[in-house]
Amino acid sequence: MATAAAHKAYGTEEEHAGTAAYERAFDAAVAADERIEPRDWMPDAYRATLVRQMAQHAHSEIIGMQPEANWITRAPSLRRKAILMAKVQDEAGHGLYLYSAAETLGTSREELLDKLHSGRQKYSSIFNYPTLTWADVGAIGWLVDGAAITNQVPLCRCSYGPYARAMVRICKEESFHQRQGYELLLALSRGTPEQHAMAQDAVDRWWWPSLMMFGPPDDESAHSAQSMTWKIKRHSNDDLRQRFVDICVPQAESLGLSLPDPDLKWNEERGHHDFGPIDWTEFKEVLKGNGPCNEQRLTQRRRAHEEGAWVREAAVAHAAKHSDDTKAEQA
Amino acid sequence: MTNTDWPLWEVFVRSRRGLSHTHAGSLHAPDAEFALRNARDLYTRRGEGVSIWVVPSSAITASSPDEKDPFFEPAADKPYRHPTFYEIPEGVKHL
Amino acid sequence: MTTTVPTAAALALGDDALVLSHRLGEWAGHAPVLEEEVALANIALDLLGQARVLLSTVGDEDELAYLREERAFRNLQLVEQPNGDFAHTIVRQLYFSTYQHLLYAELAAGDGPFAPLAAKAVKEVAYHRDHAEQWTLRLGDGTDASHERMLRACTALWRFTGEMFQPVDGLDVDRTRMDTAWLESVETVLRRATLLLPEGPRSGAWSAGAGRQGVHTEPFGRMLAEMQHLHRSHPGASW
Repeated sequence: MATAAAHKAYGTEEEHAGTAAYERAFDAAVAADERIEPRDWMPDAYRATLVRQMAQHAHSEIIGMQPEANWITRAPSLRRKAILMAKVQDEAGHGLYLYSAAETLGTSREELLDKLHSGRQKYSSIFNYPTLTWADVGAIGWLVDGAAITNQVPLCRCSYGPYARAMVRICKEESFHQRQGYELLLALSRGTPEQHAMAQDAVDRWWWPSLMMFGPPDDESAHSAQSMTWKIKRHSNDDLRQRFVDICVPQAESLGLSLPDPDLKWNEERGHHDFGPIDWTEFKEVLKGNGPCNEQRLTQRRRAHEEGAWVREAAVAHAAKHSDDTKAEQA
Repeated sequence: MTNTDWPLWEVFVRSRRGLSHTHAGSLHAPDAEFALRNARDLYTRRGEGVSIWVVPSSAITASSPDEKDPFFEPAADKPYRHPTFYEIPEGVKHL
Repeated sequence: MTTTVPTAAALALGDDALVLSHRLGEWAGHAPVLEEEVALANIALDLLGQARVLLSTVGDEDELAYLREERAFRNLQLVEQPNGDFAHTIVRQLYFSTYQHLLYAELAAGDGPFAPLAAKAVKEVAYHRDHAEQWTLRLGDGTDASHERMLRACTALWRFTGEMFQPVDGLDVDRTRMDTAWLESVETVLRRATLLLPEGPRSGAWSAGAGRQGVHTEPFGRMLAEMQHLHRSHPGASW
């Protein structure tokens, strides 16, 4: 266990007779838009929700490296290769920021990784789809990162301080991710007929899974209402999804690519685009583990972790042998 | 079971000369040298810093939120520590 | 500048950086710990940046990277060696970055055509070298298992180390002095890591120094096939 004293929650409910007073103080702080910090009292359910959400978010970043890393060795120009490597590297970094935020609540990264590897914690289902062509790298940047950013920007104001701060950093760094994807698709769309077809095919495959990234409809979303009250979440799934669709439609036009939804049209009355029904059966299947790449992604993650065990162990052994040297040097 | 877990370190970055080090986040490393290098790669890969401190998280002693009142409130009743406490005649400069 | 840079030397240095960067890029998503994902990617990105500058001085970077056949590449055989386990990657990094650091330090100090590039690259490479040395110390003097893996890696890659000090047209450096400095430095690091300098020959039997002449090892062809496939499938397309 690597949990720091500074990161331990202060006290538990049982230790405090005045839980009700703490709860009132907590509610008041959240209502006043103040940030909750690691050692503040917080309801157990709030803590559990946050750990679950931050862990899932961190897992998504590191599993999300795989579909894109799949193309690093085949990137068709050196410029694209540099961009893609930097992007995949950022995702590792973002995973680290988020694990670090989760650790402030007293759960070690090792525990969280165990839960990922054993399937007890999830990551975003979107990464269970395969990247079949180079254009998929562009579609992920434009649509998947686009959806993620729509979801994440409000998280910069999340009530839990360390999570909000991690998100500020992540959103700042991610601003290039979506743009590079869009630019990549634009080059393909304006390129040869084969390249254009490659881009269209990728958008056709990634559009619907991207819409599913906002989660189930509001009336079926289990945790939404409570998370909104706690200001872990600021907008409903459906609101964010609508915002994303409205943003994407004109962007697709500029790309010269179509979105694969015959029902997609502007609704003057609502001031929004209407769009077709989402196949939630597919969503649930992928979530259950039956997506095209669930097995593959987890297997690779587990293998990297297991094959790296001797390296991590050696570093620990070396540190134990030489901790006296360091002290001697410092003395 | 062998030990493969690396301890946690807190990272402080000086973003430019003239500013103090600010807490940037944490990371795992087997020892101080690696903590510094990992911090450099992780928290300054866009040129965000000119100096880094790393501290084992376990070495930090933090004030507790419950002691907030006795710890920090006495400071609030010493207004004479703040320049606005003092009245200076109009027109007096450089003070 | 374009006219003054000697082509053979630019290709040799550029291909070294390009190929090693590619190999390090293969680690993405497979590193032993997340912190190391970030570190390896940093090194790969530095090298790719160097490669792009070097190749661009003698032609179009993409044409050179994607449209040359295997026999036209001038990189060392060392950098094309597959990643193997983390010990192999670290030893490859140690051998190469020590050489590259000595080379770029000398080029940066001179006033030849590579001086401006080397002045920037030498700082990056100093960090690569430090990264490799730090890991060598930990893995060599870590557990029995890690020590064993390091021994194997040091020995396996040893025969690719002589090639680094073969002459290259247009690269005006004191190779003998560099070789001595390299041996000294690597030996010091290995000794501190409780490892020994391997004893075998420092070049292959029939292909001594042959990477610079365009003779490579079998894994290199596969690496290029993967790297070039998409680009070559769409002749003339821009990306």
